[in-house]
Amino acid sequence: MSAFGKQPNPQLNSHGELQHLLTIEGLPREMLLRILDTAAPFSEVAEREVKKVPLLRGKSVFNLFFENSTRTRTTFEIAAKRLSADVINLNISTSSANKGETLLDTADNLAAMQADMFVVRHASSGAPHLLAQHLAATGRDHIHVVNAGDGRHAHPTQGLLDMYTIRHYKTDFSQLTVAIVGDVLHSRVARSQIHALTTLGVPEVRVIAPKTLLPTGIERLGVRVFNDMREGLRGVDVVMMLRLQNERMQGALLPSTQEYFKSYGLTPEKLSLAKPDAIVMHPGPMNRGVEIDSAVADGGQAVILPQVTFGIAVRMAVMAMLAGN
Amino acid sequence: MKIHIKNGRLIDPASKTDKALDLFIAAGRIVGVGNAPAGWGVDGANSVLDATGCIVCPGLVDLAARLREPGFEYRATLESEMAAAAAGGVTSLACPPDTDPVLDEPGLVEMLTHRARLPEFAHVHPVGALTTQLEGKALTEMAELSEAGCVAFGQANRAIVDTQVLLRAMMYAATFDFPVWLQAQDPFLARKGVAHDGEVAARLGLAGIPVAAETIALATILHLARETGARVHVTRISSAAGVEMIVAARAAGIAVTCDVAIHHLHLCEMDLGFFDAHARLDPPLRSQRDRDALRAGLASGAINALCSDHTPVDDDGKQMPFDEAEVGATGLELLLPLTLKWAREMKLPLVTALARVTADPARILGVKAGSLGLGAAADICVFDPVAEYRVSRENLRSQGKNTPFLGYDFPGRVRYTLIDGHLAFDGTLS
Repeated sequence: MSAFGKQPNPQLNSHGELQHLLTIEGLPREMLLRILDTAAPFSEVAEREVKKVPLLRGKSVFNLFFENSTRTRTTFEIAAKRLSADVINLNISTSSANKGETLLDTADNLAAMQADMFVVRHASSGAPHLLAQHLAATGRDHIHVVNAGDGRHAHPTQGLLDMYTIRHYKTDFSQLTVAIVGDVLHSRVARSQIHALTTLGVPEVRVIAPKTLLPTGIERLGVRVFNDMREGLRGVDVVMMLRLQNERMQGALLPSTQEYFKSYGLTPEKLSLAKPDAIVMHPGPMNRGVEIDSAVADGGQAVILPQVTFGIAVRMAVMAMLAGN
Repeated sequence: MKIHIKNGRLIDPASKTDKALDLFIAAGRIVGVGNAPAGWGVDGANSVLDATGCIVCPGLVDLAARLREPGFEYRATLESEMAAAAAGGVTSLACPPDTDPVLDEPGLVEMLTHRARLPEFAHVHPVGALTTQLEGKALTEMAELSEAGCVAFGQANRAIVDTQVLLRAMMYAATFDFPVWLQAQDPFLARKGVAHDGEVAARLGLAGIPVAAETIALATILHLARETGARVHVTRISSAAGVEMIVAARAAGIAVTCDVAIHHLHLCEMDLGFFDAHARLDPPLRSQRDRDALRAGLASGAINALCSDHTPVDDDGKQMPFDEAEVGATGLELLLPLTLKWAREMKLPLVTALARVTADPARILGVKAGSLGLGAAADICVFDPVAEYRVSRENLRSQGKNTPFLGYDFPGRVRYTLIDGHLAFDGTLS
């Protein structure tokens, strides 16, 4: 090992509690389980007539989206509002970033408006880490940072809501075989899922993709690599599909959507190789006919819409825990 | 001015000397080694420098130090970086042509060398641009640039994409026997990449640059070197496979030299930590295996020289997400400590280790430097090998405070730096 670059985990405070949620990597198993346990009662809040609890009353949550995402931003907004926080949405891809203002300048300005929490999405891997380090270096570490997706690096709340979903349907992580299918190379979701699954003790995590969509050395994260989807799906309990971005569909990574669908699209026929009670997940938005057949997306094994519902409870849990630490 | 450096341990790699010897200097030259020259006089030196407990060696020769002039004075100035060089014991340095405007016209080169001609400044040896604007399209006036003071021609970190232009540039340089300095990195395989294509990039979600980017470019360069007979120096080698290719090429009779940067000698991909922008370097920090091969290669001489690859960047350029941050690290003041650290870890005799930052790079530069022989210019570094140097924003004299080594203590503190017999740095004052 090299003697340099040893830094303490930047998302835990000196008591080992969650200060920021930047990535699932490095979080202890107990902490992941605590988040899932905390999320469970929040699911019930949604069933009530008054869908609100006062845990974040008087707190200001800034949704800092340097990359557009209606869906993720909306679920964070709903989660914060159900916790009674004041929510301010900023789509910075269309405002100051174009005027040359840096991430840290933007954050400094908002911090001066007494922000309590930043929910950050950014196109660059590591941007939320940079923000958390900057807040610590400037004595403002009472402001929490939640990573809502950074580059190809991490999307921890997505990873957590996926774990919540799996636990809801499958109960015991230690008995599962899980397959992640698609564009792992560019996917922050896949990286968060892999860390969450291995941390929670899933004995076999598989990734299924053509070689052009797999990062070099991915097996070092503790996954089994399959290039043949049929072989990879055999006997799995959970199929986690990844979204294939439009811009990747033609060019030097893949020849065409048709060929991709033929080899890596989830059809009823391929799904039949998994266990009969296997569940199918997708982080959305889906490309029907590209990575998933409509018959599967709308079929009885899909749990894609429950994922969205659970996502709000999990994000509530994360924000409530951070605000309490 | 007559100077007597007394009680030091003299290490002169050029003559493989490692012995307790005094040094006598007059009129900017070494006039006595061990014994005072005849006629030193009864009143002796005007100045006696005490080197007790210290090593006296030739001033360091750095093959890559960006001074940021002209064009990037907000990042650094000649004054700030020359102070850093003197504090680091560096007395000769080569500066890459990637200034703004680039060093592709004789007038610019003359201006730079003229500006740098102060007694307390290290000797500056500009590397001229091999192609105009470093665009890889048209050749520069190499003969004129050589007359203006360029010691070699290169492209800094920019590749010549068109191999026909590369072939002709090497042919033209070979016509005049000008050395050609090239970084081996295929621009297509490196496109958008910000880190070594390996385990860490996979985990952090950073776009990777595969080792093949180096080996493919290196294969091209070596084939064309054989074809043209050009004197080629490969800058900043980064991989084990690259070192193997250099060794094989030399065995096949191709006259090629290469260097490695201090960062690649001590760090690897793991040191990106949590997206440390200070570790954003070009070429990228590679695997531990690669780093070990670089360390062994430099020890065996497969890699000829160690350089600082000094690249001062202001804080704004580094306070960015990793992939947007500017490339490079400050290094002039770390060259000596990191040479000593490497020597100690590799259990190398100091006379061998110091050769890689004195006599060997001087030979590549083709300048008279890096020796303590009688009559040589009195470019001298006197350092305490035991005293620790703390890398901190306060201690760094360079305007660039950007280094992945911030906060570390390294052995080796410079006590005196002499340039042409002029005391350019006195560490006893600070």
